[in-house]
Amino acid sequence: MEAAETDIKLKKPEEKGEVVVNIAHVAKSFGNKDVLKDINLQLKRGENVVVLGKSGQGKSVTIQCIVGMLTPDKGTVKVFGNDVAQMGEEQIKELRIKIGFLFQSGALYDSMTVRENMEFPLTRIKKMTDQAEIDKLVEEALDGVGLKDAIDKMPSDLSGGMRKRAGLARTLIMQPEIMLYDEPTTGLDPITSREISELILRMQEKYKTSSIIITHDMECARITADRIVIMNDGEYIAEGSYEELENSEDEFIRSFFNQTK
Amino acid sequence: MAEQAIPGYKKWLEAVGDQGVFFSSFFRNLFRGGFEWSEFVRQCYEIGYRSMMLVGITSFIMGLVLILQLRPSLLELGAESMLPRTLAVSFIREIGPVIIAIICAGKVASGIGAELGSMKVTEQIDAMEVSGANPLQYLVVTRVLATAFMVPLLTLIGDAIGLFGGFLALNFTDDISFSLYFTKCISSLEFMDLLPAVVKTIFFGFAIGFVGCYKGYNSNKGTESVGLAANSAVVTASLWIFVIDALAVQITSILFYR
Repeated sequence: MEAAETDIKLKKPEEKGEVVVNIAHVAKSFGNKDVLKDINLQLKRGENVVVLGKSGQGKSVTIQCIVGMLTPDKGTVKVFGNDVAQMGEEQIKELRIKIGFLFQSGALYDSMTVRENMEFPLTRIKKMTDQAEIDKLVEEALDGVGLKDAIDKMPSDLSGGMRKRAGLARTLIMQPEIMLYDEPTTGLDPITSREISELILRMQEKYKTSSIIITHDMECARITADRIVIMNDGEYIAEGSYEELENSEDEFIRSFFNQTK
Repeated sequence: MAEQAIPGYKKWLEAVGDQGVFFSSFFRNLFRGGFEWSEFVRQCYEIGYRSMMLVGITSFIMGLVLILQLRPSLLELGAESMLPRTLAVSFIREIGPVIIAIICAGKVASGIGAELGSMKVTEQIDAMEVSGANPLQYLVVTRVLATAFMVPLLTLIGDAIGLFGGFLALNFTDDISFSLYFTKCISSLEFMDLLPAVVKTIFFGFAIGFVGCYKGYNSNKGTESVGLAANSAVVTASLWIFVIDALAVQITSILFYR
């Protein structure tokens, strides 16, 4: 295992359109419950893939396997061509710097101001020391999500939507190549949800990221998706564009789209 | 088929194993470099300065009450002049360190357990981990070291305040002067009374910080688990304080008082 940790180097991302995340035959159980049975998914560079499915179907488990928070029982998860399960501690850390993860709640560190939240990854991970440069990046990131005025506020002073925007800015400040969104619009009103969805799209265009978006929000899926996959009972059962799936003959697939009509 | 229950001893062994892994992770991260000085200083302030009032008031009352309780017994034996000495030796060697550590277990261990527990529930620890930062180094190493550093300081301050409380009680009943009282207190103490007492408070502090961090960091992802983490941190840390104290007394007796 030691040898694996030191010998394997992360491959450099290659040409446009390449597969950046390749999930093949992944299964994962918790106790007696088979959460993922046979998951296959490919994410290409610059693409936005939306994963739809009922609650408790293992959508979040899938993206947790991508960042190495969970290890699959079967199958492989390859990111930039490297098998995540074979990576050592340092390689996982290196990989995580290239992947942004937006949590459902925004997950802002509540003992720090918004500014300190933004500075945290820059000083701890990128080891930046030039305060002027840090300030510039922080202001730019917050400006991008429309939160420049909230720079010195505590997370407890922010609304749910603002916290998610700040969480997004904190993730994007590291300029990740892949973004994983775990239910980015859950718990928000329709207007704020739409704002967040449009923000995801704008940020994707600005930073040229590839994204996997886990959501129940069909409006978010419609705005952000290049491709949608639908998950049921631990497997992906359908894949296609929003329009293709909307016109599907399958009742289960159509049930997701009926809520928007 | 009904799910088989895991035997209690297996759960206990699993918990011991988990704590062992957490303990080794703590030391690995302690010597990894990139120590979080600013967070350490902030924690020293939170743990030390913010506990000072509570420790001060409790120690003052303890010193005062001990003199009032001891006086009738010693008066009966005609050993009233031994009151400062009795208080000084018992307070510095045993009562001060243990009582102050128990107070810190109640205030600090529960605080750390609840704080880290709620960070776990709100996915802040996960966010730190997936961003490539090291939550153990930032959250755990700093808190454990800050407690191990501040509990001895709080104990020294508490000892002084406790002796002062004793002086006020004795001055009220026997009209003893400040200088005579403290001369008697200090002359009755040896360096070897103070040293083991301070050394064991470092271990008390370590146990308080470690247990608080372990319980909070490993809590489940529900709001109920925050309360459980805080509660369990206090109970376990208090238990560890008595275990460490019992061991420390044995070791001190063998080394210094044979």
